[in-house]
Amino acid sequence: MADAPTIGRKGASFDVAAFFRRYAALTALIVLLAFNFAVTPNFASWQTLNVNLTQVATIVIVSVGMTLVIATGGIDLSVGSLMAISGALAPMIFLSSFGLSYPALGNALAFVAPVAIAGMFGLFNGWFITRFRVQPIVGTLVMFIAGRGIGQVLTNGNLQAFKNPTFQFIGLGRVFGVPCQVIIMLALVAAAAWTLRSTLFGRQILSVGGNERAAWLSGVPVASVKRWVYAISGLCAGIAGLVVVSINSSSDANLVGLGMELDAIAAVAVGGTPFTGGQATVVGSLIGALLIQLVRYTLLANGVPDAAALVVKGAIIAGAVWSQQRGKPT
Amino acid sequence: MSPTDPLLVMRDVNKRFQGVQALSAASLEVEPGEIMALVGENGAGKSTMIKVLTGAYRRDSGSIVFGGEPVDFASPQHAQHGGISPIYQEINLVPFRSVAENIFLGREYRRYGLLDWGRMNAEAADLLRRFAVEIDVRRPLMDFSTAIQQMVAIARAVSFKARLVIMDEPTSSLDEREVSVLFDVMRRLRAEGVAVIFISHRLDELYQVCDRVTVMRDGRTVMAGRMGDVDKLHLIAAMLGRDLETVRAHSTGFSGAHAAAGEVVLSAEGLQIGRKVRDARVEVRERQIVGLAGLLGSGRTEVARAIFGADPADAGTIELGGRAVSPREPAEAIALGVGYCSEDRKADGIVPDMSVRENMTLGILPRLTSMGIVDEARQREIVDRFMKRLAIKASSAEQKIRELSGGNQQKVLLARWLCTDPKLLILDEPTRGIDVGAKAEIQALIRELADQGLGVLMISSELEEITEGADRVFVLSDGRTVADLPHAEASAAAIMAAMAHGGAEAGEEAVNG
Repeated sequence: MADAPTIGRKGASFDVAAFFRRYAALTALIVLLAFNFAVTPNFASWQTLNVNLTQVATIVIVSVGMTLVIATGGIDLSVGSLMAISGALAPMIFLSSFGLSYPALGNALAFVAPVAIAGMFGLFNGWFITRFRVQPIVGTLVMFIAGRGIGQVLTNGNLQAFKNPTFQFIGLGRVFGVPCQVIIMLALVAAAAWTLRSTLFGRQILSVGGNERAAWLSGVPVASVKRWVYAISGLCAGIAGLVVVSINSSSDANLVGLGMELDAIAAVAVGGTPFTGGQATVVGSLIGALLIQLVRYTLLANGVPDAAALVVKGAIIAGAVWSQQRGKPT
Repeated sequence: MSPTDPLLVMRDVNKRFQGVQALSAASLEVEPGEIMALVGENGAGKSTMIKVLTGAYRRDSGSIVFGGEPVDFASPQHAQHGGISPIYQEINLVPFRSVAENIFLGREYRRYGLLDWGRMNAEAADLLRRFAVEIDVRRPLMDFSTAIQQMVAIARAVSFKARLVIMDEPTSSLDEREVSVLFDVMRRLRAEGVAVIFISHRLDELYQVCDRVTVMRDGRTVMAGRMGDVDKLHLIAAMLGRDLETVRAHSTGFSGAHAAAGEVVLSAEGLQIGRKVRDARVEVRERQIVGLAGLLGSGRTEVARAIFGADPADAGTIELGGRAVSPREPAEAIALGVGYCSEDRKADGIVPDMSVRENMTLGILPRLTSMGIVDEARQREIVDRFMKRLAIKASSAEQKIRELSGGNQQKVLLARWLCTDPKLLILDEPTRGIDVGAKAEIQALIRELADQGLGVLMISSELEEITEGADRVFVLSDGRTVADLPHAEASAAAIMAAMAHGGAEAGEEAVNG
């Protein structure tokens, strides 16, 4: 242990390697954008931008909550199933006799209630994990399995098809030409990034992930912080569920959010949030999701089949983890 | 190898970890069929020595001769096949599998390609019967008590034809009856010619069962002798590294002036915590540093954690500022004006990847918040103030705390509590692992804080820190407060005497002094 602190270790010189490690995903994204502008036909168009952003929005919305969970050193496998629950509930509400008689109230309730209920299930995850001290991967596995079952039971396993422009604004509407879910996505990213940086709750999330015992001994309400991040993850999944069923004009509890947990985790990983907790970048998760999306788009637009794109996606995640490992102090 | 040759000779063993000399020219000799006690305080090098012996660590230099031949085990598995079986504190067997399976793990008997259960069960039962353990060996290991599990681990070791069994704190989780069964087993091993290295912090146990004792301190072997020739006081003196008469004067940063103590801030009586603390008492006043002395395992840390609500006491009373309290969580104790710096800075103190600023304000943050938003201006103001006041050396408040030296990390943790304006600050080994200069600085700081009114409860293994720093000293031995000494009477000799004799002599006289 050296006596003197490491002052000015980097000095004024610019550390290229450190910069690249820190902004690996961003650099890759920029390179890929440049490549597309040069190679892919019709890439520089609003339509391309909107298609990509629309497709990526749900993943980003879910990965905002996931980032907070991972910042505490946890993980949430249940997000896809919670999307199915919220996606099943919304049409049930506005298609019910109550929803049809009072459309305004029914639509409002179709937004609020499913999201709130997904949040409650998230809170349950947090309660289960903190109360019984189970590992988050196991604790949320319960809701991963049971949640989709609940969605299917709610709808008797039936597909609910609907046409409700008011409700579907969340997935199909535009504000000044920007898709509604893209606005929601950006708002959530901004809110979560601000929460992590500037609020007591955000600092407590990072301290719990950084050293849970130290945080507890310093009076941080560790269990309550954890319960809330899982609740927030549930809320995000609930919103994403609404977006997905709106886009599809139908809700199928068997399919909504299928595999979403892994997409969200991949976005967080590529974005540079370490799975050990204690550090997190929500904007990184956004960039991670965009990168994965753009790679897939680039391959498809250039005639590479989707199956091959999956392999590339895997490679990106491996690359992201590798660059994180190198960044670690030895 | 003739019968009089020692079984194990470790000589001039050196081992360095990242600049820290863990072992320097350490030695250990064990005769065949004897029980050797290996003792020393935290960081003395006992476990490093054992790990070097079993091949878990590579030694930098030195020789190991086992059974007359130089050995150099590549791994604990090799050591086990060579006849050395360590049994660890946390039993590393498979709890879900049967007792017999655990004993034969890795070298199962087979017949026609299948496991020969009949033979394994029979042999396992025979083996355990030798240690007077009669159990159903087909039941899973986890069905049995820790003591039985330990017997199984020992039986497994013996079945490897071990000639040397190493027991690291085997009695820490056993009750008295189980301990006596374990001692019978150890004597039986000795009768069969198996040597035992016994590591324990309970000195009374050593006298009950050991033939010889080796004392380590600061990575060196400082004493080796027959158990009967060394009395407890000398043993403690060797462990703590103090001549009984001469204690260097003013080797710490604590300086003379002891201001008059004020009101009682903490009074704890009759504390009982788990198995480790049976009847502890402490009292701390304003403007007072109270030392809590005791050997490793005497229950010092447990007392501190109980007062802080980290591991609540099972019985006893705690009064803070005259009010009876029973904190169930640190957050409750903090609200009552208590701060606690743990002895393990890394595991319990710092949040390594967070900045100095974040680490320092972790405890006070809720009070710097309005509507959930952190008031960063106030936060920065507090951090600047304490960085100046405690002379914390960091490139800026934004530097990650893990990049700081141990002394500066400790100062940040002190500041974490000081900025909450506590009435009582509990410091568990406040200067452990901190280099000499920073150490004196922190000690002087503690004194200064006390003089300004803070009540300090300081746990320390370093006698100078207690004798020079504390205005009043409580000595714990085996979970009981055995002495209560005012500064004038708290000499190293008196404290060690209290540790050794449980307050029967020096301690008792000094009570109420």
